Amino acid sequence: MKWFINFLTSSIGKKLVMSLTGLFLITFLITHLIGNLQLLYNDGGESFNKYAKFMTSNPLIKMISYGLYFFIILHTVQGLMLWFVNKSKKGTTYAVKTKDNATWAANNMALLGTLVLFFLFIHMGDFWLKMKMDKLDMVTYDGGEAIKDLYARVNMAFKELWIVISYLIGLVALGFHLSHGFSSAFQTLGLRHKKYTPLINGLGLAYSILVPLAFAIIPLYIYFKN
Amino acid sequence: MKLHLKIWRQKTSTATGSYETHTVEADEHMSFLEMLDVLNEQLISEKKDPVAFEHDCREGICGACSMVIDGRPHGPQNGTTTCQLHMRAYKENDTITIEPFRVGAFPVVKDLVVERSSFDRIIQAGGYVSVNTGQAQDANATPIEGGIAAEAFDAATCIGCGACAAACPNGSAMLFTSAKVNHLAKLPQGQVEHKKRVQSMVAQMDKEGFGFCSNVKACEVECPKEISTENIAALNRAYISSMFTTSD
Ligand code: HEM
Ligand code: SF4
Ligand code: FES
Repeated sequence: MKWFINFLTSSIGKKLVMSLTGLFLITFLITHLIGNLQLLYNDGGESFNKYAKFMTSNPLIKMISYGLYFFIILHTVQGLMLWFVNKSKKGTTYAVKTKDNATWAANNMALLGTLVLFFLFIHMGDFWLKMKMDKLDMVTYDGGEAIKDLYARVNMAFKELWIVISYLIGLVALGFHLSHGFSSAFQTLGLRHKKYTPLINGLGLAYSILVPLAFAIIPLYIYFKN
Repeated sequence: MKLHLKIWRQKTSTATGSYETHTVEADEHMSFLEMLDVLNEQLISEKKDPVAFEHDCREGICGACSMVIDGRPHGPQNGTTTCQLHMRAYKENDTITIEPFRVGAFPVVKDLVVERSSFDRIIQAGGYVSVNTGQAQDANATPIEGGIAAEAFDAATCIGCGACAAACPNGSAMLFTSAKVNHLAKLPQGQVEHKKRVQSMVAQMDKEGFGFCSNVKACEVECPKEISTENIAALNRAYISSMFTTSD
């Protein structure tokens, strides 16, 4: 056990934690996106609400969601800690600023992550917390059992311009975070080779543009629909 | 050519430093270090303290000539050390800002000189082979694939100058350590001690207080030997797998 703790608290081990939790979040976002696109159906929320009910009651998915909460917290705390320690390791910065050799995103991962975090607070407070605290109206479809009407709550929230704007800011930050983070996670794992790294970089670029864009369609669509 | 220098002066490692400006008359055939020699002769004749800077080979192989010129370790040219930079890269009346490498684990000794013995201790922790590898012909008798031999050679060109850590916004020594691990890891002679070497060199690197690698990759741009961050990926891979495969 001692070897394992030494491993995870070494410089490379700490980065490994960032990489694995980051990749977990990347995978989660895909499933989250596919599920949420059901918000675009014009079926009075039937498919989305049934999906939400399934996602919050299936025991396996519940277990995964506890893992998700834990990994988000771990990724955030560890990321901010690495940033804080790294700042102190540099000492002074240079008098002359040069044209940066690195991308802007790579140099600002903690800032971008924090923007994503603020967004997550708004997002979770609006939907997740209200769902957990039974603050949602109930709805029945075709005489079935009454389920929580998360669909109505989402539609209400996205009528507010400030919420839509904060979603857009959060998603742009996420896109930049992943424009560096996606390929960086593979470099941290040591998965790099002339033969396949161009593919990883391409996938990373596509992901960091397309996934935030697809997420952004939901609040925009609902806002302009009303 | 007349040049204006803005140079970092710091008497001791604990003193607070500041910039001093000087004007020197250089010619375009001088190397950057020869230009600093001119400045120092001038300072000595004025009975002032000459600027302390490190140098040894003056041909790009020892890695001593550490300094940051206009915000870039070893100056504006890619793939060269300060001693390989020539004044023809500058114009009449240019102002040049010169400061020491800024890395937490490289404290300033005096002026432009920093203490880089942390790198030596990383090497001491495992950057060697203790098996007898024989004479030159024995090395030639060991078949190694050409591409692999070239990668090992590329990693072996690291001169331990520290520009990678100086360029890194996190003050990380991953490029150096990975080069020193990989030039041995690629070859059969390095295999026996490979996993232990990876673990002890990384442990020493952490102990010296270098930052964590964020894969920013500013290091490979500033490295005078153009060592690739592919070496860092290989070090990560070796370190992670060594953890699950060594006996203790
Ligand atoms: C859904 C949201 C998020 C995803 C998908 C995500 C993904 C990633 C990935 C893949 C990496 C690269 C890991 C590596 O270099 O090995 C990363 C790095 C990082 N993340 Fe996130 N992240 C998210 C949210 C956050 C949040 C909320 C924070 C907290 C403020 C944060 C802070 C960081 C930092 C500071 C790094 C850089 C670590 C380093 O290289 O030193 N991230 N993220
Ligand atoms: S990796 Fe490059 S920059 Fe770093 S010490 Fe070696 S030669 Fe210098
Ligand atoms: S003095 Fe030896 S590399 Fe510059």
